[in-house]
Amino acid sequence: MSEFAWLIPAVMALSALTILLFGKRMPRHGAEVGILALGVAFVLSVLVAVEVFSANVAAVAEVEEAHSVQSVWEVGGREVTLVVDAAEGGEAAEIPAGVHEFRLEQSTELSPIGGGFSIEAGTRIDGLTAMMFLLVSFVSLMVHVYSTGYMHGDPRYTWYFTLLSVFTFSMLLLVIANNLLMVVMGWELVGVCSFLLIGFWWEEKANSDAAIKALLTTKLGDVGLMVGVVGLWSEFGTFNITRIYEGVAAGDFDQGLLTFSLLALFIGAVGKSAQFPLHTWLPDAMAGPTPVSALIHAATMVTAGVFLIARLYPVYQASPTTLTVIAIIGVITLFAMGLLALVQDDVKRVLAYSTISQLGYMVAALAFSYTAGIFHLFAHGFFKALLFLGAGSLIHAVHSNNMSDMGGLRKPMPVTFATFVIGSAALAAIPPLAGFWSKDEVLAGAFGAGGYSGTLVTVLGGLGGMITAFYMARVLWLVFAGEFRGNGHPHESPAAMKWPLVVLAVPAALIGFVNLPFDFAHPRGFAAWTMFDLAYFEGHPVEFNLLLALGTTLLALLGIAAATAIYRRRAAVANDPMLRLGLFTQVLQNKYYLDQLYMGVIVRPLRDRVAPAAYWFNDHVLDRIVNLAGAGAVGLGRVTYRTVDQRGIDGVVNGIGSTANYTGNLLKFAQSGNVQLYAGALFVGVFVLGVLFAVA
Amino acid sequence: MWENAALTITVFLPLAGAGVISLIPKAREEQARTVALLVSVLAFALSLAILGSYYLGGNSPAPGELSFEVNTEWIPAIGANFHLGIDGISLPLFVLSYLLTFLCAVYAFHHIEDPGKPKAFLALMLMLQTGMAGTFIAFDLILFFIFWELVLVPMYFLIGIWGGERREYAAIKFFLYTLFGSVFMLVAFLALYFRSGVGTFDIQELTALGAAGEFRGTFGLLAFGGIALSFAIKAPMWPFHTWLPDAHTEAPTIGSVLLAGILLKMGTYGFVRIALPILPEAAAAYAPIIAVLAVIAILYGALCCLAQTDLKRLIAFSSVGHMGFVMLGIATLTPIGINAAIFGMVAHGIITGMLFFIVGSVKDRYHTRAIAEIGGGMNQVLPRMSGLMMFVGIASLGLPGLAGFWGEMFALLAAFNPAPVLQEAGYLPLYRTLMVLGAVGTLMTAGYFLYMFQRVNQGVAPQRWRDAGLGDVSVIEWGTWLPLLILIPVLGFLPFLVTGITDAPVTELFNRVFG
Repeated sequence: MSEFAWLIPAVMALSALTILLFGKRMPRHGAEVGILALGVAFVLSVLVAVEVFSANVAAVAEVEEAHSVQSVWEVGGREVTLVVDAAEGGEAAEIPAGVHEFRLEQSTELSPIGGGFSIEAGTRIDGLTAMMFLLVSFVSLMVHVYSTGYMHGDPRYTWYFTLLSVFTFSMLLLVIANNLLMVVMGWELVGVCSFLLIGFWWEEKANSDAAIKALLTTKLGDVGLMVGVVGLWSEFGTFNITRIYEGVAAGDFDQGLLTFSLLALFIGAVGKSAQFPLHTWLPDAMAGPTPVSALIHAATMVTAGVFLIARLYPVYQASPTTLTVIAIIGVITLFAMGLLALVQDDVKRVLAYSTISQLGYMVAALAFSYTAGIFHLFAHGFFKALLFLGAGSLIHAVHSNNMSDMGGLRKPMPVTFATFVIGSAALAAIPPLAGFWSKDEVLAGAFGAGGYSGTLVTVLGGLGGMITAFYMARVLWLVFAGEFRGNGHPHESPAAMKWPLVVLAVPAALIGFVNLPFDFAHPRGFAAWTMFDLAYFEGHPVEFNLLLALGTTLLALLGIAAATAIYRRRAAVANDPMLRLGLFTQVLQNKYYLDQLYMGVIVRPLRDRVAPAAYWFNDHVLDRIVNLAGAGAVGLGRVTYRTVDQRGIDGVVNGIGSTANYTGNLLKFAQSGNVQLYAGALFVGVFVLGVLFAVA
Repeated sequence: MWENAALTITVFLPLAGAGVISLIPKAREEQARTVALLVSVLAFALSLAILGSYYLGGNSPAPGELSFEVNTEWIPAIGANFHLGIDGISLPLFVLSYLLTFLCAVYAFHHIEDPGKPKAFLALMLMLQTGMAGTFIAFDLILFFIFWELVLVPMYFLIGIWGGERREYAAIKFFLYTLFGSVFMLVAFLALYFRSGVGTFDIQELTALGAAGEFRGTFGLLAFGGIALSFAIKAPMWPFHTWLPDAHTEAPTIGSVLLAGILLKMGTYGFVRIALPILPEAAAAYAPIIAVLAVIAILYGALCCLAQTDLKRLIAFSSVGHMGFVMLGIATLTPIGINAAIFGMVAHGIITGMLFFIVGSVKDRYHTRAIAEIGGGMNQVLPRMSGLMMFVGIASLGLPGLAGFWGEMFALLAAFNPAPVLQEAGYLPLYRTLMVLGAVGTLMTAGYFLYMFQRVNQGVAPQRWRDAGLGDVSVIEWGTWLPLLILIPVLGFLPFLVTGITDAPVTELFNRVFG
């Protein structure tokens, strides 16, 4: 099946073209094409995943079997067989020949680019790809269905579905790529789709401002991405990911250049995955339609940076410096950005900051454990998409993003309420919901790794969990409890929006069970499924630490309890104590003043000062020189003509005469259109000059 | 027969067509459009036949050789030969010039700027075509120079007669500035002629001599300086670019399209075909300077674009930055960089040509180029036109999957690892710094295009434009633009359509000259 995995992005490309060209004339204006295509893509993804995952599990089983030492004793005439797992204790298991993980690469050489290098178009199907396929196609399918309700009646309905298809195609392209150039392609394409969708309602300047900010900030990261890709190419002579792995394994590289390239690549990830300090675009990106926020700015595109680090995991392992940087950036992001969610009134912004914070967990996790990072990516995708779609349902009902216009929505919107509670609990890492298992894996991984950065991630990650629980409980109380504070009569959303919530609630609640943190589960569960290489299989990625799990759960419950105590009675934002904490509130409400910093120090000076100055220089200095030279030549010509030619030297020296013609009539010739004549004269003159020059 | 005559016929057909057009009586002037279309279609078909035989007919020459070669005595007194030929370096630009002229001939049915006069306009356009195409296939320096200068005259008139308000100033500036450079080029050509010892203007022979080290030392530096100045003005390279915004802005739409699409490439092509191969040592000495100027052009062009209030001038300035990427590729002196440069030239010809078409059509409707007067909201008033403009703009800012990406990406790639001769001279850190700055340039390019979208395409349209009943993209416009619109993603996804042609000759040439 996997050899046909390229069909998954291909079917989305086809869908995009079909909707673009014929969507408007279709009964459902193109939405049906997108949904059908995604249905196909999802089924294919499941088939691919089953094949890949089961092959990986089988490979792990073989490795384990080969490493089981069978000791046979004779005890009282009977043979007793004792099986001991040699890999116990975290030793690197040697992989027997012939056993390998599932990996399928297909590629065609496309284009010579010179010097013997060529571009290839290729696909790489492995555990990571299959996992991303599942996530992307499932969430995208839900978002498509949901959007038929949410975007109903929008004048650009067809265009919206075109963009969703293009986006899904690009994201799948990014995931399936077997080489970094294709990764860059998918990466930039999703960025442009994000730009167009954030600014989907471009009539409002605020929306197009947000779109521009998003694209430019991520593009700033992409400068790093490009430099990094080029650096790796320079180091290993290829864009192919497998060959880069091999190059790293062979140890044949310059450590300095490698670290430089990986840091540069990480800047790309920082931009795309909204890590500090390039995270400021993501909250503004909420200007887009809410289903878009769910798909692009929560579940899929923003995880591209995390995906990139996971994709190059073995390469990153070769640079401990970079891993430390990753851990630090991740931990700053997860903690500091979580705090910002505390003071938001806009429900989407709460979710946006929580997304940034959760992306921080993923990034920090990848510094310690591959499985922990991508497991959190996977689980988060479901429950955060659920939360965003739930927020969309609320916004649809009350026509406002602000929680100050909500309240008391539990009764009129029971389905939204129930699913939102599940999503919130999953995000707050309440056992046994998805977020508990995935976040626990992150923290246990960091705790197990220990050291300075490991401890930092464990401590701040645990505290961050408490903050998460607090602000999600705050949202629940403010939105669903108390009296309705908005206008009109809110009611439950239509079926097209309700059902995706219900369906997404299932994985949000249960997906954690695919990766239970116990020894028996690892060789058969998520860790085995999604490995991209047996050599990096984390048979025992993290020990389940009961105390740690209990501790973080306790912290989460504490957060919920605190929020409950505060907001149960004061269910109005007006007297929200979070907004009355003096300097603390002020700093948070100003988002650490980063926006002001960027606008004031970079964007505005560049746009309003440097650019006009450059243009002034262009017109008043460079061009002035040209014009002065022209005027000077004309003047010189006139003087020559009057003094030398007219005043009767009279052709004594032919050369001077021709000079007069040359300069004096320059402009006149040109203006009267006698340029050909002039060119001919010039040609002769120059020939003479040339002879002189060559002889000299 | 076809072998020997193909290039000659294809190149001079438009000139003959211009002659035929000038014979049309004034009373039936409108028929000039039909004749011009027929001529340009025929010429384009011939160029496609050449391309086809290159691709399919097994007519691609061995690296280092030319196909469809003609080499006969022309002016024996000075040893100038009529030497035409084509190889993978020439071919993409050669065909592109026919494509764009053909599309311009179609577009002429839609609109010719005041004072109309299609007869004169189209005759000049066809003359221009001969000059442009000839430049790309001439293998004799004198012949090259003739074609080079031949381009000047019709473009001068196109700008000077059919241009905007400051047309005379722009036309004269364009003409004299280019001619100023030509003087130095011609002097250098003559110097090469005498220095060669055998008295030849033949590019291939001079290349062989150059590779053998004939033109070393101060002579080489001087000769390269003269040639490079002319090409740098034409390309244009910073700081010799100031004629370009004026010429582009004032030129009629078709003039701008051909100017951006083809004329600028004559300069960069000249570097690849003449300056670098004949004077490799001087090239290596100049390359770091060129690279620095190229990156200045990228950043500076983007800044100037950001400051523009005139839509057409903005697009004009964007050429400065894009040609900066082309020059950066060339200045690496590597096959990858040169391939990138040629790809960049083709992509820029298609994309910026297309942008000038659109801006021209926008001006037809709004009767203004001022961004403030358009006032945003083009998405509402002219949804299709606006969509096309954003699509092409996004292509221009180098989105992967569209044509603009590869030229920039591989120019940067090449700049990270420039030619060994440059690395040995200790320029590696400089080039890597330039590479990072160039990558920053892609960000700034995105910046000014997005800023343009916001001010022109997005937002709410002023009432007067909504009431004006402006017509969206017309049938003729679709007809003109579709080939380019299709080529943009096609070259974006299948870059080997160009690099497959260019790589072999480029690699061969550079291994021979710089190897």
